[in-house]
Amino acid sequence: MPIQYYIFLSLALFCIGIAGVLTRRNAIIIFMSIELMLNAVNLLLVAFSKMHHAVATAIDKGNTVGTDGQIFVFFVMVVAAAEVSVGLAIIVMMYRNAHSVDVNFLNRLKN
Amino acid sequence: MNQLVYLVPLLPLAGFLINGLFRKSLSKQVVSLIGCGVILIAFLISLGLFWQVKSNGPIIQTYFNFIDIEGLTIPFSFQVDALSALFMLIITGVGFLIHVYSASYMIEETEPHFARYFSYLNLFVFSMLLLVMGGNYLILFLGWEGVGLCSYLLIGYWFKNNDYNNAAKKAFIMNRIGDVGFLLGIFWLIAKLGTVNYGNVFSAAVNLSAVDVTGITLLFFIGATGKSAQIPLYTWLPDAMAGPTPVSALIHAATMVTAGVYMIARSNVLYSMSAITENIIAIIGIGTALLAATIAIKQNDIKKVLAYSTVSQLGYMFLGLGVGAYSGAVFHVMTHAFFKALLFLGAGSVIHAMGSEQDIRKMGGLRKYMPVTHITFLLACLAISGIPPFSGFFSKDEILAAAYAKNPIYWVLGVTGAALTAFYMFRLYATTFLGNFRGTHEQEHYLHESPAAITFPLIVLAILSVIGGWVGIPAVMIPGANVFHHFLQPVLTTEVVSEMPHTTEWLLMGVSVAIATIAILWALGKFSKHPELGEPSGVGKFLANKWYIDELYDGLVVNPLNKFAGFLKNVVEKRGIDGIVNGVGRFVLYASRQVRLIQSGQVGGYILFMVLAMIVLMLIWINDGYIYTYLSKIF
Repeated sequence: MPIQYYIFLSLALFCIGIAGVLTRRNAIIIFMSIELMLNAVNLLLVAFSKMHHAVATAIDKGNTVGTDGQIFVFFVMVVAAAEVSVGLAIIVMMYRNAHSVDVNFLNRLKN
Repeated sequence: MNQLVYLVPLLPLAGFLINGLFRKSLSKQVVSLIGCGVILIAFLISLGLFWQVKSNGPIIQTYFNFIDIEGLTIPFSFQVDALSALFMLIITGVGFLIHVYSASYMIEETEPHFARYFSYLNLFVFSMLLLVMGGNYLILFLGWEGVGLCSYLLIGYWFKNNDYNNAAKKAFIMNRIGDVGFLLGIFWLIAKLGTVNYGNVFSAAVNLSAVDVTGITLLFFIGATGKSAQIPLYTWLPDAMAGPTPVSALIHAATMVTAGVYMIARSNVLYSMSAITENIIAIIGIGTALLAATIAIKQNDIKKVLAYSTVSQLGYMFLGLGVGAYSGAVFHVMTHAFFKALLFLGAGSVIHAMGSEQDIRKMGGLRKYMPVTHITFLLACLAISGIPPFSGFFSKDEILAAAYAKNPIYWVLGVTGAALTAFYMFRLYATTFLGNFRGTHEQEHYLHESPAAITFPLIVLAILSVIGGWVGIPAVMIPGANVFHHFLQPVLTTEVVSEMPHTTEWLLMGVSVAIATIAILWALGKFSKHPELGEPSGVGKFLANKWYIDELYDGLVVNPLNKFAGFLKNVVEKRGIDGIVNGVGRFVLYASRQVRLIQSGQVGGYILFMVLAMIVLMLIWINDGYIYTYLSKIF
């Protein structure tokens, strides 16, 4: 499958993520949008990694060129999981304080 | 003896530092002891140097390089030759007497101010010695500026009086105008000859073109008009009488104001090369002599009369310089230092006895109360009027004879001025010392002869005023008796020696003495019984108001400058400079008020800006190379 498909899909997912972050007020939805962006990036990393690796094995079987991108994806997933736990904790605390998960309630620093 | 040269200016400097730094802790006795002592030692060394120079010729001592740059080396050197040795004796000798006088005259000042006065006086003597001892024009200029500063400090000595401060500022600014001319002259000299050492300049002077010589000498002369109070810069000297009387005697009569004469006599090689400058000097000199003499006739302040008299006598010296009688001019500097210092000190004694009264209309009949002051003052008046055998006669005669040889018109004007001098001096004498006392009873009760510290300098100066002229007796009276002329011969190489028939010379002398005598007798007859007490009118008023020269200067220079300064202050400063500064502040305030609205508190808004900024940064990063090449084309 040509690499462009992956790029376009990833781009679409990323833009949906940005749009979600910018427009939504519900903290959980924003959180989901951030996850969407992360996954868009992950998808792109895996796609490019596979492509480079395919090119490299065509020349010399058994090398590891391009596999570091896939390893990197694991790191992103681990960090994302950690981030989710912290983020959800923040949202829980926010709900306990404000009885809402609307980010526009977080404007106490204004003025 | 040669090794002691540097001590002569260094001692007064040390006196200045000690009295100035420890003015709060030293008692008046110690201060006056230090102040007078350093000058006395300097005088004794000067005396030794004088005999050394007389027998062995000039001493030149170089200490270090004052300025040492590519293509120009100016050493810090002292040159003691006949001319500077003579000036050193006048400065330290008359200076010492005036220091002694001051110790008594200023005794009522509080201790710190008393010490301040003596430190200024010592600093002045130091600067003046630097001026006459310097081996090049730059050292001369250092002293030249130093005496100007001391003059300013001492005129404004009583700094709580605003009029005195203004007089001090006037003197300083007028002097600055002249100094700029002098400094430009030095620059011109350096540009053309590359040296300012006297010896090198005078030996290389033949290479200068006529334009250069005239330009340099005229610029130097502008400096001299400021320092020596000649037209058009003389108006500061009468105002300078705001200072204490001994200061007027030392600075504004005997020494500082003769700096211009010294400088021109020193540069006689240059001046004799430019006939134009010589004529200008002679005309300005005789003009100043006459103008100041006419003003002096109608002044009623005892010190003002003497101040205008000083301006007038300086005019004579410049007439002498202009007609090439350099030794005559220097001779007049010396005799003038004696009798004018004496007149000022006598006036100080009178003012002291009168309880700070300076108006001669309120004096009169002081003869019987103050015998010593009276006799010495009378001798000085006779000396300045040119009556033989007093000192003023010989010096004035030498100048007038040379003036006659150059152009008889100068002589006629000079004798007219001499007659005016005799007239106003004896008007002053008669109004002050003769007739009846016109002051209050309280003052009359208080009248007394001054203490010995005041009368001692008066007596010494009176003796010098009488016999001081005998070193320069003209050849027509006793051949070969003019030792003064002979002594200065090695320095004043371009002196014009006027040869004229003996009968003419006797006739000139006789006429000038006769006219002066008539003027004296007329003044005595007119003022001893009926001194003029009312307000003058007509021509008298015009003279009493000093020809309205001050008003003219105010109208022509001072007021336009004040207006211009007011324009700069109110318009350029307030609207322009302040406008820019305040405008920047206002712009920042306005802009911050607008930008602050971005901080809305909406988290979504913040994220939007974050995303936009990321996009922009990414665009920049992608186009990095293009932006760089584009920018490098512009800059």
